[in-house]
Amino acid sequence: MRKILLIIKREYFTRVKKKSFIIMTILGPILMASLMIVPIFIAKMNDESSKIIVLDENGIYINKLENNPDISFEYTDIYIEDLKTSYIKMGYDGILYIPHNSMPNRAYLFSEKQLGLGVKSHIQNAMKYNIDNYFMEQLFNINRDSIKALEQNTRIMLEQRKIDQLGQEKESSTELSTILGMLGGVIIYFFIFMFGSQVMRGVIEEKTSRIIEVVVSSIKPFQLMMGKIVGIALVGLTQFILWVFLTFAIYTGFSMSMPEYFEGKTENNELVSMDNKFYPENVMMESTVQAENGEVQAIIDSIKSINFTTIILIFLFYFIGGYLFYATSFAAIGSAVDNEADTQQFVLPVTVPLIFALIMAQFVTNNPNGQIAFWLSIIPFTSPIIMMVRIPFGVPVNEIILSMSLLVVGFIFATWLAAKIYRTGILMYGKKPSYREIIKWLRYKN
Amino acid sequence: MENIILKTEDIVKQYANHRALDKVSISVPQNSIYGLLGPNGAGKTSLIRIINQITAPDEGKIWFKGESLKSKHIGMIGYLPEERGLYKKMKVGEQAIYLSQLKGVPKAVAMKRLKYWFERFEIENWWNKKVEELSKGMQQKVQFIVTIIHEPEFLIFDEPFSGFDPINTEILKQEILRLKENGATIIFSTHNMSSVEELCDNIALIDNSKKILEGKVSDIKEQYKENRYSICIQDFNQDIHKLMEGIAKVEHCELSGNKTNLRVKLFENSSSNEFLHKILPHGHISFFNEILPSMNDIFISNVQDKDSIKVQ
Repeated sequence: MRKILLIIKREYFTRVKKKSFIIMTILGPILMASLMIVPIFIAKMNDESSKIIVLDENGIYINKLENNPDISFEYTDIYIEDLKTSYIKMGYDGILYIPHNSMPNRAYLFSEKQLGLGVKSHIQNAMKYNIDNYFMEQLFNINRDSIKALEQNTRIMLEQRKIDQLGQEKESSTELSTILGMLGGVIIYFFIFMFGSQVMRGVIEEKTSRIIEVVVSSIKPFQLMMGKIVGIALVGLTQFILWVFLTFAIYTGFSMSMPEYFEGKTENNELVSMDNKFYPENVMMESTVQAENGEVQAIIDSIKSINFTTIILIFLFYFIGGYLFYATSFAAIGSAVDNEADTQQFVLPVTVPLIFALIMAQFVTNNPNGQIAFWLSIIPFTSPIIMMVRIPFGVPVNEIILSMSLLVVGFIFATWLAAKIYRTGILMYGKKPSYREIIKWLRYKN
Repeated sequence: MENIILKTEDIVKQYANHRALDKVSISVPQNSIYGLLGPNGAGKTSLIRIINQITAPDEGKIWFKGESLKSKHIGMIGYLPEERGLYKKMKVGEQAIYLSQLKGVPKAVAMKRLKYWFERFEIENWWNKKVEELSKGMQQKVQFIVTIIHEPEFLIFDEPFSGFDPINTEILKQEILRLKENGATIIFSTHNMSSVEELCDNIALIDNSKKILEGKVSDIKEQYKENRYSICIQDFNQDIHKLMEGIAKVEHCELSGNKTNLRVKLFENSSSNEFLHKILPHGHISFFNEILPSMNDIFISNVQDKDSIKVQ
């Protein structure tokens, strides 16, 4: 046991001290944090608002088009041909020209620079809103506000509720569960691949450097294999925890030092309420904001409804269990070959179930409690990924226990099998063995 | 009878289509140097791996110090494998400590012993170098040190001299002899027959998975001697072939100045006294000695002559 600890220590510290590990540990969080931060910056940087001068020959849009942070309207009655030559001097980015028409739904947007899609769609929406208002009042004498109030009251609220067998209710958000499940599954997939192949490379390194026989004369091959697998698992856990921690730290650091970039929502809300003063529809606007807040509240509620402690514990179990199950196979492959180029043929059958699981994950999120989802989350080859996908949707405890015990049994069986290949493989040099030879190794005594 | 430290009985090791060891029994006397000889692929390494408990035999028993070989004996054995190496990216000192600890030597003790050996081999300044910066010979020295760091009473060296230059080979030979003086028993396997003559007290010859010869080097030479003698006579003026008729076959005859050098093989019913008796009247004998076969000759004749193996 002391010797396994020695091996674990060596495997862990030689890897953690490597430059590549340190660089990856720093680069990973920077990359992930920037994935979260950069879009916010880009959104803010595009913020330059466009000033549009409006010439409305019908008079129904004047002073009614809605401003927003990206676009502001001013109104004029200068003759269009004069406007075309002078709008830039006057400090505008474009002209919105709505010619006289019995149905004033045709407009032209003149500008030197190409204005963004956002500008175009905002103008369309603003015009649509006003033209509808105008005709409803003119033709049907309907007040828009009362319709809005009605719409608000008749809004359909469909809430999905999960109940367990005792009829106890839980909140549920399918989208959130899907995201959480896929995230967990994908992380496990990458972890198995990244660190499984590290195990394989470690074994090959020991073989090609010919240190293996020196080492196995002092310890059992099985101890060496397990020491390596556990050592590398700890490296993976260290890296994962550092990544989560550093990503969070970088993100928090940024949002603290530049709060103006991260408080976009409140800022927008202020603008909205300011705008409301200019519009008779402010009632409607407020109610929309309320409705939006209601949806946000629903998401927050469903986040709260998810039992994160359980998910994290189960995640850690499958994170480690899945890795251990596959790492033994990677170790066996490493022991059978002399160099990394020869591994292809043997790695493929090991990776096929993993890739299959990842492909099926999408399917499982659509039908998390179906027959296929059940079986894939029970069989150890796919269970680490598929069970993780299913967990946020809620899985009966007995299924989790069955899946976990099968993974443990699978791990023990895989280790037993891999150890038999490993102890023969590490001492064989020269030609690459065939599958048939490897099967023969299983029958060798010690 | 000498004290036997290691004894194997009818070891059989079977690989898929190949029997690596076929009822091999050897006895290694305590505090001796035991040469394990044989052509490539004969089964030496398989036997060594079994003694080191890296693999298990299919049949047969191994006794170490009178007990059946168990895992607790691993700590008493030091093994320098033929296929040997070190972790390339690790520093020499760090690695030496790691390998010593794997052998069960506590870190502080390992540090002290390593310091002694690094000084003895004049390699102290490599301590912080990475292994990949060392030449092959330098790595061999480090490996040798690590093999004996736990001061085992039983050592196995598989081709210890490969990769060493003549100077370092000599240093290594002296170290091996010193280890024996200090009470260790050493098995070593090699193709280098001159080192066998120099170092070994006993040998076993393995060919084609079977042991075909075992014993004291001196006994084996005695057993394989072929009544060959070399003699140098001054002022010899007879027809040597005629003189030797019925007594010996002249294999070599050379005249240099007034000296005649002869190599003869006596016929089975004649003795060296008889031979000398014939020669004595015809010149002044400056030397006469029996030619014992070299280990090299014994090796070659045994390995080539498969029929004689079956007689053995």
